[in-house]
Amino acid sequence: MNDMTAPPAEAGVIETDAIIIGAGPVGLFAVFELGLLDLKCHLVDILDRPGGQCTELYPEKPIYDIPGLPIVTGEELTEKLLAQIKPFKAQYHFGEMASGLEKLADGRWKLSTDAGTELVAPVVVIAAGGGSFVPKRPPVPDIEKFENKGDGVGVHYAVRKMESFRGKNILIAGGGDSALDWTINLAPLAKSLTLVHHRDGFRAAQHSVNQMRELERAGKVKFHVASVKQLHGDNGKLAAATLAGADKKEWTHETDAFLPFFGLTIKLGPIADFGLNLHENLIPVDTAKFESQTPGIFAIGDINSYPGKLKLILSGFHEAALMSQAAFHICKPNEKLRFQYTTSSSSLQKKLGVTA
Amino acid sequence: MKIIATDRKGVVHAIEGRDGWTVMEILRDAGLPVAAECGGACACATCHVYVRDGWYEKLSPPSDAEVDMLDMALAVEPDSRLSCQIVCADELDGIKVTIAPE
Repeated sequence: MNDMTAPPAEAGVIETDAIIIGAGPVGLFAVFELGLLDLKCHLVDILDRPGGQCTELYPEKPIYDIPGLPIVTGEELTEKLLAQIKPFKAQYHFGEMASGLEKLADGRWKLSTDAGTELVAPVVVIAAGGGSFVPKRPPVPDIEKFENKGDGVGVHYAVRKMESFRGKNILIAGGGDSALDWTINLAPLAKSLTLVHHRDGFRAAQHSVNQMRELERAGKVKFHVASVKQLHGDNGKLAAATLAGADKKEWTHETDAFLPFFGLTIKLGPIADFGLNLHENLIPVDTAKFESQTPGIFAIGDINSYPGKLKLILSGFHEAALMSQAAFHICKPNEKLRFQYTTSSSSLQKKLGVTA
Repeated sequence: MKIIATDRKGVVHAIEGRDGWTVMEILRDAGLPVAAECGGACACATCHVYVRDGWYEKLSPPSDAEVDMLDMALAVEPDSRLSCQIVCADELDGIKVTIAPE
């Protein structure tokens, strides 16, 4: 689609060359490969920062199989990729879930997010790994009936407005930093705050644990080695929870709100409804272009599948390079693709801002 | 060695283990629904199993990292382990594991 024929943008709609879903290592490197071909990118990621699994799951764990980097942590690899793609000035939409994909009359794609962002481009690159990181939902029967019941009541996996919990009876479950931080922050304004965890020990930072113990001594927080077995309340209005102690003895605990903090897990999410003929939650692609069976929609990294696929970061980098060549022909159908090396091409070096 | 694995529907599977492989790898290889999102780095708690019928005590105790990671698992019981941290060995022949709920 060249600029001459592109129709005027609808109000609020952002037009670009490629929309990348997922800002993990492969999505980030796609910015580089597309950028060398003068294609501009917008990235959407449900996390609030770049890096995907690298920063969410194993920021400090070393990775040993990135070519040329004998040892690098997930965090460092992300930082290096961000430095590498900086010249291309990609735009990021963090904390947003890619929720809808629609083909426009002019052949381009419109991607909408749950935050209301609308992006339009001839090319969509799905680099979403295993899908979206979403909060782990405890296996409590019918827990979803108590979700989305308004501020300060029912089940919440995140705290958006602390003030909405003022004067409420709050039940928190978990033993990590989020569970402890919210225990400490909500205790002063709650009517009562009870923390439950499966053991009398916490993986959270020691100073948070100390603070929680102080609040417990002062009677501001109640702590039980227990788990939540059931939730009670009519019409989704949470009233109480059944708790079970280490000895399996159960009791009923009155509460207005239940906040489980067990970290994040990966769910495929709305991509499943993009009509891409998924096979076992993966997007089948060809290995010349890494395009899905839907023209203009590409899939690279852990989310795609093809004979011989290996879920390695380095495979994703290769896939990004080949995808970009194909994406160029869709975005600039009347232009000739000039294949060049960064080592020798002064025009590529200019794009990278490294001209001698 | 054999691993006797119970899936989330209660179906019992007898799976051949492989020396040096982790129980998570064997379960995943057998097509059982173990997410193992981090690929065995003890970083996600999605390969959570219960080690049943006296087998828990036969395992070497969990590392601090595993105990910490179990804090992020759901429905933790006293016999909870992360299957990526259990390595197959002859003395574990017949080990019984139950895949924890998602």
